[in-house]
Amino acid sequence: MKVRDMVQKLGLKVFSGESGLENEIAGGYVSDLLSDVMGNTDENFVWMTLQTHKNIMAVASLKELAAIIIVKGLQPDEDTIAHSNEEGVPLLGTDMETFEISGKLYGFLNN
Amino acid sequence: MEFRYEVEGGNFSRAGHASSAVKKILKQLNVDNRIIKRIVVALYEGEVNVVAHAHKGNILVYIDEQKINIKIEDEGPGIPDIDLAMQAGYSTASAAVREMGFGAGMGLPNIKKNTDELKIASDVGKGTTLEMITYLQ
Ligand SMILES: Nc1ncnc2c1ncn2[C@@H]1O[C@H](COP(=O)(O)OP(=O)(O)O)[C@@H](O)[C@H]1O
Ligand SMILES: [Mg+2]
Repeated sequence: MKVRDMVQKLGLKVFSGESGLENEIAGGYVSDLLSDVMGNTDENFVWMTLQTHKNIMAVASLKELAAIIIVKGLQPDEDTIAHSNEEGVPLLGTDMETFEISGKLYGFLNN
Repeated sequence: MEFRYEVEGGNFSRAGHASSAVKKILKQLNVDNRIIKRIVVALYEGEVNVVAHAHKGNILVYIDEQKINIKIEDEGPGIPDIDLAMQAGYSTASAAVREMGFGAGMGLPNIKKNTDELKIASDVGKGTTLEMITYLQ
């Protein structure tokens, strides 16, 4: 599945990084700890988090993640959005809580 | 080849810039992607530690055919008990830093896991030097 398909299926908001919407999704990871994400994600993973500051983009770009989904209707910082556009890593949003969005994504990726 | 980057303590908005630059260089050198990933994880954690725990630092990168040697030298409080600091979950990060999702105490363990050789030297009240070597083959 591509990020674009996930956006459509889960009704996600696209804040930025549209050029990465064709990224393939290889898996998902849920964490609000940056070292945890650095240490345990792989290329093309979708990361679900409540963090909204710029450093999440640095992590996503270094780890070549497919996209970030910010949960609970939280708004990313301006410089997070700018960095997402520079790096072409989509920054997405949902009003859902982490439990719900990760359950849905898990379902989509594993059926 | 030699490269040098400066790291400013406390400035989280710049954290990761050296890691990103080194990643680009290694890609250009056609280093194996799995090896680049390990180097990037270790370097990022080292960079963030200077930002989170020290006043300022320098990152010195030497690359030859066989290996990459990264030295991160900082001026800062130093690490009184390195064995303790290496333990997963140990962190002295401030509440504000933890709220950002840093300070999980996983940085040094991530560095250890992702380098072939790691040396840490620290002088309490002066600073810390990390030397990380990773083989490129
Ligand atoms: N460069 C440094 N200068 C001073 N103290 C450090 C430095 N790097 C690590 N430490 C100490 O070691 C602890 C563990 O580091 P680490 O495993 O990276 O976890 P974290 O950074 O999440 O606290 C830190 O909380 C800090 O007390
Ligand atoms: Mg750390």
